[in-house]
Amino acid sequence: MNPRRKKRLTIVVSILIGISLITTLVLYALNQNIDLFYTPHEIIHGKDDTGNKPVIGQRIRVGGLVVVGSVSRNPESLKVQFGLTNKGETITVKYDGILPDLFREGQGIIANGVLIENRVLEATEVLAKHDENYMPKEVADALGEGHTPPEYSKNN
Amino acid sequence: MWKWLHPYANPEKTFHLTEKLTPWFGYLAMILLAVGMTWALLFVPPDYQQGNSFRIFYIHVPSAILSLSVYVAMAIIAFSALVWQLKLADASVAAIAPVGAALTAVALFTGAAWGKPTWGTWWVWDARLTSQLIQLFLYLGVIALHNAFEDKAQGSKAAGILAIVGVVNVPIIKYSVEWWNTLHQGQTVTQIGKPAMTMDMYLPFVVCLFGFVFLISWLICLRFKTELLERNATRPWVKDLVNQTEK
Repeated sequence: MNPRRKKRLTIVVSILIGISLITTLVLYALNQNIDLFYTPHEIIHGKDDTGNKPVIGQRIRVGGLVVVGSVSRNPESLKVQFGLTNKGETITVKYDGILPDLFREGQGIIANGVLIENRVLEATEVLAKHDENYMPKEVADALGEGHTPPEYSKNN
Repeated sequence: MWKWLHPYANPEKTFHLTEKLTPWFGYLAMILLAVGMTWALLFVPPDYQQGNSFRIFYIHVPSAILSLSVYVAMAIIAFSALVWQLKLADASVAAIAPVGAALTAVALFTGAAWGKPTWGTWWVWDARLTSQLIQLFLYLGVIALHNAFEDKAQGSKAAGILAIVGVVNVPIIKYSVEWWNTLHQGQTVTQIGKPAMTMDMYLPFVVCLFGFVFLISWLICLRFKTELLERNATRPWVKDLVNQTEK
């Protein structure tokens, strides 16, 4: 390789290494802030590595599984309340609005709202999280993952 | 070892090779996409949770995967263009960038359209969505820098550097769903290991993926030919080509 090419190669490679290093460090420093949500476990015990805990009155997102049997609706209004759990810790989410189609008991969801008590979140937005597994209904039934369609959705 | 490549440093040779390949890519794309899309949209069973809305997977995932692969390819070509000063490599970076930008835009748009019915929102600033949006801006930056200079060689150099630097974003996009809590689900299909979907859902995906591969190869070839003609407009072989078609 002639010296000019070699020089250009060294420059470009060192720029690339430098940029990757900077990005890695920035991402490492920001690590916890890039998380979209807290889990119920993290709200009570703090984040694993930093111990960061949200304070009451803080606007946060919480992601977890809807506790089976915990959904209670107010028949007069859109108000709904349910438990959200992960790793054995449960918090209560209160919400006034329309839930997404994929919302159901046992499903992962993300609630965006204000922490009003230690274990109570008043949500302004509820998003359903789904996983990366896709299968036809018959397969799901055979695996025992079948579900009863929630009553608020007409077609399913 | 690389001797067989040497003739293709000549734009005329490369132009004729591309011209030969282009129609094949076009036909393969047409057949594979027709088969794959019909299969995916009409015959694949609906998902047990999402019903029919999961079918957008067959457009969203191929375009998202390929927007990353195209970026890596573009960065490698830009790298060799900078180090070995290959004019043809500059032309192909200019040809690839808009195709990659289109793929990224399709991935973002179909993602938003899919997110609304399933998640309940068009957009959320989670790591996957945000890093993919940054990639769109990187592509747009590469296109803009190519056109920002009077002198094509200078524009290519600036665009090439941006393309190379932007490659650090690729692993961030790919692993964002594993490194951080995101609303976006994890990867369904990976290069190694079993896909997280049943075979009757996975096979049409493979057909669609290859359909997209040939579609973008076809588009890139078309754009590459135009770039070559434009950059060599004063060369005798281009003039000969023009005279031939006029006769």
